[in-house]
Amino acid sequence: MTQPASRPRVALFVTCLVDMQRPSVGFAAIKLLEAAGCDVEVPRAQTCCGQPAYNSGDRATAADLARGIVEAFSGYDYVVVPSGSCGGMLNSHMPHLFDNDPNMKARAQALADKTFELMSFLVDERGMTEFGAQFDGSVTYHDSCAGLRELDVKTQPRELLANVEGLSLVEMKEPEICCGFGGTFCVKYPDISTRMVSDKVADIVSTGAGTLLAGDMGCLLNMAGRLQREGHGVKVRHIAEVLAGMTGELPAIGEGSAS
Amino acid sequence: MQINSPNFKARSTAEIANTGLQKALVRTRPRFPAARAAAVEKLPEFEQLRDIGRDIKNHTLANLDFYLETWERNVLNAGGHVHWASTAEDARKIVLDICQRVGAKTVTKGKSMISEELSINEHLEKHGITPVETDLGEYILQIRKEAPSHIIAPAFHLNREDWEESFRKVHTDLPADRTFNERRDILIEARTRLREKFLAADVGITGANFLIAETGSNVIVTNEGNGDLTQTLPKVHIVLASIEKVVPTLEDACNMLRLLARSATGQDMSVYTTFSTGARRPGDLDGPEEYHVVVVDNGRSAMIGTEFQEMLRCIRCAACMNHCPVYQTVGGHSYGWVYPGPMGSVLTPSLIGVDKAGHLPNASTFCGKCESVCPVKIPLPKLMRHWREREFERHLQPMGVRTNLALWAFVAKRPGLYRLATRIAAKGLALLAGRKGRFSSLPFAGGWTKGRELPAPEGDTFFARYAKQQRGEA
Repeated sequence: MTQPASRPRVALFVTCLVDMQRPSVGFAAIKLLEAAGCDVEVPRAQTCCGQPAYNSGDRATAADLARGIVEAFSGYDYVVVPSGSCGGMLNSHMPHLFDNDPNMKARAQALADKTFELMSFLVDERGMTEFGAQFDGSVTYHDSCAGLRELDVKTQPRELLANVEGLSLVEMKEPEICCGFGGTFCVKYPDISTRMVSDKVADIVSTGAGTLLAGDMGCLLNMAGRLQREGHGVKVRHIAEVLAGMTGELPAIGEGSAS
Repeated sequence: MQINSPNFKARSTAEIANTGLQKALVRTRPRFPAARAAAVEKLPEFEQLRDIGRDIKNHTLANLDFYLETWERNVLNAGGHVHWASTAEDARKIVLDICQRVGAKTVTKGKSMISEELSINEHLEKHGITPVETDLGEYILQIRKEAPSHIIAPAFHLNREDWEESFRKVHTDLPADRTFNERRDILIEARTRLREKFLAADVGITGANFLIAETGSNVIVTNEGNGDLTQTLPKVHIVLASIEKVVPTLEDACNMLRLLARSATGQDMSVYTTFSTGARRPGDLDGPEEYHVVVVDNGRSAMIGTEFQEMLRCIRCAACMNHCPVYQTVGGHSYGWVYPGPMGSVLTPSLIGVDKAGHLPNASTFCGKCESVCPVKIPLPKLMRHWREREFERHLQPMGVRTNLALWAFVAKRPGLYRLATRIAAKGLALLAGRKGRFSSLPFAGGWTKGRELPAPEGDTFFARYAKQQRGEA
């Protein structure tokens, strides 16, 4: 494809789960963004998007973190997030933390307007259709709730997967049903969460796919954890790992180096 | 109704282990969403209708006093009576007074959630009056002394064998060898029983789906016709309606009706949609001699002007619970009061207090499905989050939760410290997990590992690795 003439400066919002659990997803995101003609930077002054506070009713802490994010990320052309959930926080929720502060609200809204989830940025903003990746096997794709319902991430990951050589996508019966993660929900209501993720796992397993992909680490950790607890051999990965061609050297989530 | 919402967690755990309920949920779960999707598919303007529905309700709520007074005037003009009830107790007294004045012995009832909220049945029984539920689902729940578990399909939690068992237990005069092979068999037996009750009743009580200001009418929708027999056969018809049921015009009501059945059951229209205005007029062939409407506040007016006002748009279609993965996992009784599912998780704290109903707005993954199907576009997750904020402000969450949150916040606000802390944690956990790459149990992570393995971090954090890479070390 033809690249736009100028290279936009993109700030990567790594997300706390990628930072701690799965750094490779961050490197995969950088690789994909660079392939899409972007100059990628990773602002140091980032920690978490604030959802744990925001969704626990602690608006003040969420607003404090949001101020830091606005400060650190405002100077870029785009902010890209390898997560629909954290992307949705920046894009759909953060401006409302400043409903009583017009100045901050305008700045948060300006940031929100240039914040994108990784897959939708690559396809909708950069017009990418493929990355020359190869993956031998069948996969199924889970639509994470916030990406799907707050950011309209639905067709973009599928478009990109369709052009991965050797990959076949087998859809679940209900790919849009919540996996039961829900941030702190999964530890506050473990029995409900476990029942929900068990239903999800049954749907995943019934596809016969060897690998489960999604675009959000929270959902992925939850589904991987349940698949493994039930003894299924389905591998679990962030979609960026597949598109960036990293699956060769990188064990699947929760698999360690033994497998 | 007795409040069991503080026990949500224990109740939901029990309901997940309740094989009868789980069987019913698995069987029924796909039906309503599939029916709604098909109905919406057939109506290209459905999305615009949702905007219209939201706007009608917003306009009405912004001018609620005006429309309620207009409605009242038109009820009076049509020969009806209007009673204003601030509290549940007021409403119970008004209903009982009417029943006692006309010497009522039995009262038939159409399906009404506000009646559950007011505990009308218990109150009438206490005073020697027999209420008879005539909606098929409510009828069996009355036999079983159970509460509804769903606002439009009250017996959502039951299976056919439950119906059969209950009918055999109470209809003992019928042949013991009769069979219940089809749903029809249940229906016919109930219908035969209820016919006698309809004809014998002194008072009929119904709810209201809408009150129409310009005509003074009330509208009910049913699929069984039981509401019509309840409101036309007895001498007295009492309508129970909460204040937010009013809409300005007939045309508004029709727009709302176009949304209601499609969102609820996936029908274009319910089988019976009945408008009733005032009492029987001279020359009318049927209808009640007295027509009363009890308008109930019971905490709703306190929601007006607050961030929870939007909840008063709710038209009780149940689309939110039909599409809620949490409701569909734990069933309606887990919620512990009248209104289950996402709409209940917002409304219940408003009506009984967030101190008692705090679990409800917390027991959501914020998946957003409810908001996406709500016919009047109530931002249910946002409103649940507002309840969590009220809880946080009032220090209602468990101490441990607050401490963890405060500790996390302290670190998360300091990127340097955060880098260090996450690095220690990530490397430590990776080391501890070893080649297995995950944990089956871990101190302080019991909530997670009870039902799942905990994947271990890859190793060093992204930021540490990225910094090394930038320095040319990796």
